[in-house]
Amino acid sequence: MNPSSYLPIVLQTAAALGFVVMVLVLTHLIGPSRKTAAKQENFECGIESTGNARFPVSVKYFLTAILFVLFDVEVIFFYPYAVNMKDMGWEGFWAVLMFVAFFMVGFFYVKKRGALEWER
Amino acid sequence: MDSALLIEKIVLVLVILGITLLIATYSTYAERKIAAFLQDRQGPNRAGIFGILQPIADAGKMFFKEDLIPAASEKWLFIMGPGIAMFTACMTGAAIPWGTELHVFGYTLHMQIADIDIGILYIIGFVSMGVYGIMIGGWASNNKYSLYGAIRASSQMISYELAMGLSIIAVVMMTGTLSLKEIAAQQHGINWNIWYQPLGFIIFFTCALAECNRAPFDLPECDSELIGGYHTEYSSMKLGFYLFAEYINMFISSAVIATLYFGGYNFPGMDFIESSTLLGWLQFATLFAKIFFFIFVFMWIRWTLPRFRYDQLMHLGWKSLIPLAIVNMLITAAVVLLKSNSF
Repeated sequence: MNPSSYLPIVLQTAAALGFVVMVLVLTHLIGPSRKTAAKQENFECGIESTGNARFPVSVKYFLTAILFVLFDVEVIFFYPYAVNMKDMGWEGFWAVLMFVAFFMVGFFYVKKRGALEWER
Repeated sequence: MDSALLIEKIVLVLVILGITLLIATYSTYAERKIAAFLQDRQGPNRAGIFGILQPIADAGKMFFKEDLIPAASEKWLFIMGPGIAMFTACMTGAAIPWGTELHVFGYTLHMQIADIDIGILYIIGFVSMGVYGIMIGGWASNNKYSLYGAIRASSQMISYELAMGLSIIAVVMMTGTLSLKEIAAQQHGINWNIWYQPLGFIIFFTCALAECNRAPFDLPECDSELIGGYHTEYSSMKLGFYLFAEYINMFISSAVIATLYFGGYNFPGMDFIESSTLLGWLQFATLFAKIFFFIFVFMWIRWTLPRFRYDQLMHLGWKSLIPLAIVNMLITAAVVLLKSNSF
């Protein structure tokens, strides 16, 4: 591992960022600009929009987000293990099996409590 | 880093970015032609011979369209949304080994922009940042359909990211490294990972479909329910960026699938080719042939399967793919340990 192997990423960032900004500015400049009040309204299937669009949505989505954070942190722990698995041998395997068991207990608890039921 | 290497890297970055954009542009053409073929139609055939200039005409049209920003939207976030989506899509190509070495005009090009030792994590990182582009764009539009599309998209992408991460772990266990260059090099000849990881491949491929918001998982933009989903309010090149980002993500996903499971640039009989120049080009061509095949599969699936319902999507992601991926991971671990050190 040497930090200089990350230098091309900086070049890639510059190229990608340059491309995106250039195109966005360019289309803004070369396209026509005839703005009218009706044109700048929101398009909701042709019907006039009512009220603010930032309204409360189903709590299921937030629950999914929170569960993702929990489980993704656990998934991340598997990566260092996967790289060093052959050195850690069976001892490491039993330890990870225990970790997976905890993972699955949490998973089945979430399932049992109906957090993943979308019909209700 | 000396200047010759720096110039090599700059050239490589620009060439790969150019190829990426070209393939994304022509994927739209391929998509329409394949859809036409599967539905027994003609497809685009007016601009140029066989309609080959159609994507260029489309791009030109998008450039010259009026750049509308709805009065009720958050202006800067509205502009940032497609920018982020496109930027993250363009970044992912850096860690993929596009070949080993290519000899051009006496120079030796190393066909990987950044040979970083955590290549696969880098790609997952940028792919999951792509959700910000969709979420910001959908929220900033101040349109209920856009917000629904954006929330569905982020919920779907994070759900399938879990199973995707778990299926990659099985590959990492087999290869013992996170570097994509190493993973590709270990699949020499026809010793591809697909022979050892068929289940992992199926899980990964399903998740790749969901991460790219492709049918049958295209709920974020399902036209029949949400008009256009998160990009309902977008016009001109901002809309183009969202659509392009989807095609670039498809291209990169195909490249990652080819590298992780189908040997990347390796092909059977590669040891018999003596000329290293020829070998370099053949490896490059092999990888792209595999990529084009997977892009075709992506399109084939889109025009064959109907869309899932949202609860079915969540069921598949959480209740089927995650447990399957964990089982696959544990079996892989046990088999790898049985092979390397006896019980």
